[in-house]
Amino acid sequence: MMTSATTNEPKRIHPHKFTMWVAMGSIVMAFAGLTSAYIVKKNQSSWLEFDLPIVFWYSTVVILVSSLTMYLATKAFKAREMGRYRTLMTVTAALGLLFIILQYMGFNDLEARSIALVGPKSNSAASFLFVITGLHMVHVLGGVIALLVMFIRAYSSKVKSYSSIPVEVAGTYWHFVDILWIYLFIFYNWIG
Amino acid sequence: MSNEAVVHAHGAVTTHEGHGDHHHEHHHHETFITKYVFSQDHKMIAKQFLITGMVWAVLGGLMSVLFRLQLGYPDATFPWLEDILGKWAKGGRITPEAYYALVTTHGTVLVFFVLTAGLSGTFANFLIPLQVGARDMASPFMNMLSYWFFFAASIVMLSSMFVETGPFSGGWTAYPPLSALGDASPGSKIGMDMWLISMALFVVSSLLGGLNYIATVLNMRTKGMSMTRMPLTIWALFFTAVLGVLSFPVLFSGFILLIFDRNFGTSFYLSDIFINGVGALPNEGGSAILYQHLFWFLGHPEVYIILLPAMGMVSEILSVNSRKPIFGYMAMIGSLFAIAILAFLVWAHHMFVTGLNPFLGSIFVLLTLLIAVPSAIKVFNWLTTLWRGNIRFTPGMMFAIGFVSLFISGGLTGIWLGNSALDIHLHDTYFVIAHFHIVMGVASMFGMFAGIYHWFPKMYGRYLNNTMGYIHFWVTIAGAYLIFWPMHYEGLAGMPRRYYDYSIWESFKQFAELNRFISTVAMIVFAVQLLFLFNFFYSIFKGRKVTTLNPWGATTLEWTTPIKPGHGNWVGEIPEVHRWAYDYGKDGKEFIAQTTPVGADESHH
Repeated sequence: MMTSATTNEPKRIHPHKFTMWVAMGSIVMAFAGLTSAYIVKKNQSSWLEFDLPIVFWYSTVVILVSSLTMYLATKAFKAREMGRYRTLMTVTAALGLLFIILQYMGFNDLEARSIALVGPKSNSAASFLFVITGLHMVHVLGGVIALLVMFIRAYSSKVKSYSSIPVEVAGTYWHFVDILWIYLFIFYNWIG
Repeated sequence: MSNEAVVHAHGAVTTHEGHGDHHHEHHHHETFITKYVFSQDHKMIAKQFLITGMVWAVLGGLMSVLFRLQLGYPDATFPWLEDILGKWAKGGRITPEAYYALVTTHGTVLVFFVLTAGLSGTFANFLIPLQVGARDMASPFMNMLSYWFFFAASIVMLSSMFVETGPFSGGWTAYPPLSALGDASPGSKIGMDMWLISMALFVVSSLLGGLNYIATVLNMRTKGMSMTRMPLTIWALFFTAVLGVLSFPVLFSGFILLIFDRNFGTSFYLSDIFINGVGALPNEGGSAILYQHLFWFLGHPEVYIILLPAMGMVSEILSVNSRKPIFGYMAMIGSLFAIAILAFLVWAHHMFVTGLNPFLGSIFVLLTLLIAVPSAIKVFNWLTTLWRGNIRFTPGMMFAIGFVSLFISGGLTGIWLGNSALDIHLHDTYFVIAHFHIVMGVASMFGMFAGIYHWFPKMYGRYLNNTMGYIHFWVTIAGAYLIFWPMHYEGLAGMPRRYYDYSIWESFKQFAELNRFISTVAMIVFAVQLLFLFNFFYSIFKGRKVTTLNPWGATTLEWTTPIKPGHGNWVGEIPEVHRWAYDYGKDGKEFIAQTTPVGADESHH
């Protein structure tokens, strides 16, 4: 009836890291809900077929590169190369912002082709693209804000932190929103 | 990762700097604000959830009394109603708009604010760190945020009752188009906007709380506390948190689409609608059923989010007060797990009459009826735990036994409703009302009462008054059956829910006296809850003092803390756990605490 599993094995995951993993599961459910709704809706009447904005390809490349810089920033932090760490964090945050701008340009592109995203003339095909992509942009923006907070912390002389946990947690989240976009991109193009 | 290190990690935000093992020997100045308001102590946050939940329970209960007044006395006028409700009760009779607003808000408030936040918010916060042996939650700061998001949600919901067009009145499920179109009804205007804001804040609160509960249970257990040594309360609260974390985001997605339909003219849920006085709407191609899928994908797990904490606490309380180990500990965990999985696979049984494909419906019937298996396992295990126990009928125990009774009564009618053919007749009738109020509403309230009576000594260092407790119990259980049992007959006769006045319907006139009877009992039961409230607040200050560490003779860790534990729970080191939580009546000993090392002469281990 009772197992005697030891609970104090040395390599236990940090609670904050673990919490981030559970939170990512939670976010996955939100997007799973939306993309399932997308599929359901697509199979009903009056679904508008249109080509995705080309700029989404560029934004995909941008977010992939930002994942790479995030990875390098984490490595730099662990090696205590704080100068390199700060540069890479700045680059990552800038790429995140660039990604958001590119997505916004994508929306403009659709509007220019008179595919309404919202409003009485909109079709839910475009509205879904807008809502799902927009929700993802909000998550990227959250990541950018987290990076900025850590960036400021790295400059602050009062707080000297040697723990790599916050950087790792932020990095995990960053890679997660990257993968989430790749999923959405594949979904829009080939699944949905 | 030790617990101490986590407390260290939060040194910057708490008033407690890390002191390692000398954690509680001296306090830094704790102001009123950091101790009672923006507290990061899980015990204080639990009490905040509890008392906020109680405020909502009173408001939500009062709403039911008001609309029961309309149902019981449809022809009477009560001038005092106009005094308190103003234009919502012109001439002393509740208006139809006010009636729908009351029904809707009663549902929203009881389901989300009382039985989700008030129940799992309270007991997950209070019991998880204490029973797994942790100084606090994985993230005390997020835990504090969780409460304050709930508080903000409460304020917004409360404010919505005072706007000119009234609170949302389209039913707690907020189905479009009523919820999506401001022109559809008075309650669909600003009241619905506030409902959505409030619920969005509530979802954030639930997610922050749920993340913390999961991380704490999996990562912060003390030495020796393996998963299968945890009390069943913790298992139940753990599965509750998993359900919440996986299902609330889907509801949130549904809400986002609803917000776009409401405010930005999209057509996710709307199609071909004509509103009187407004004309035809341009929206085309939307599907209102899509919202129902997204809503019930949360909505069904939600009923288990409400029920599982009650189940867990009842398991613990039954075992402690029967002085016997819980029967079938592993089966209890297995059935909790099965319920958690099945909870995600049955949502369409709320939608049998939406035009759902009958073949798909039959699959959902099968999956729904499968829930009877783990539910029955739990019931039999509770009954066999009681069997030949040396039962102490404390008020907590009475409510726990009452829970089992209600769960059986309400569960049996679930088998009727889970059947898609019967549901054609029973859907949206009082039979459904009776079913879910007994099995989920009142049963979970009983679980909550059981928990409050049982853990009150740990919360406040005093006991609740027993005499008032027994009166509270007997009137409430008798009242619960007297209110909801007759509703089954009304539902079988086809009486639909949510109607304003049944006396004008030839088929339902016959129930006039029965409705009056139900309303009368509802008022009596509500009055007895006020007695409980008095007992609660009186006992916080004047109750009989707890003088021993372990007043119930329980095995679990919370009773090894000081009578009034400070932030950090244990003075000195966190105790180590050597056995499961249910060593009652073993080897001639009445109980053996989890902290007692296994002796060489123990019979089996």
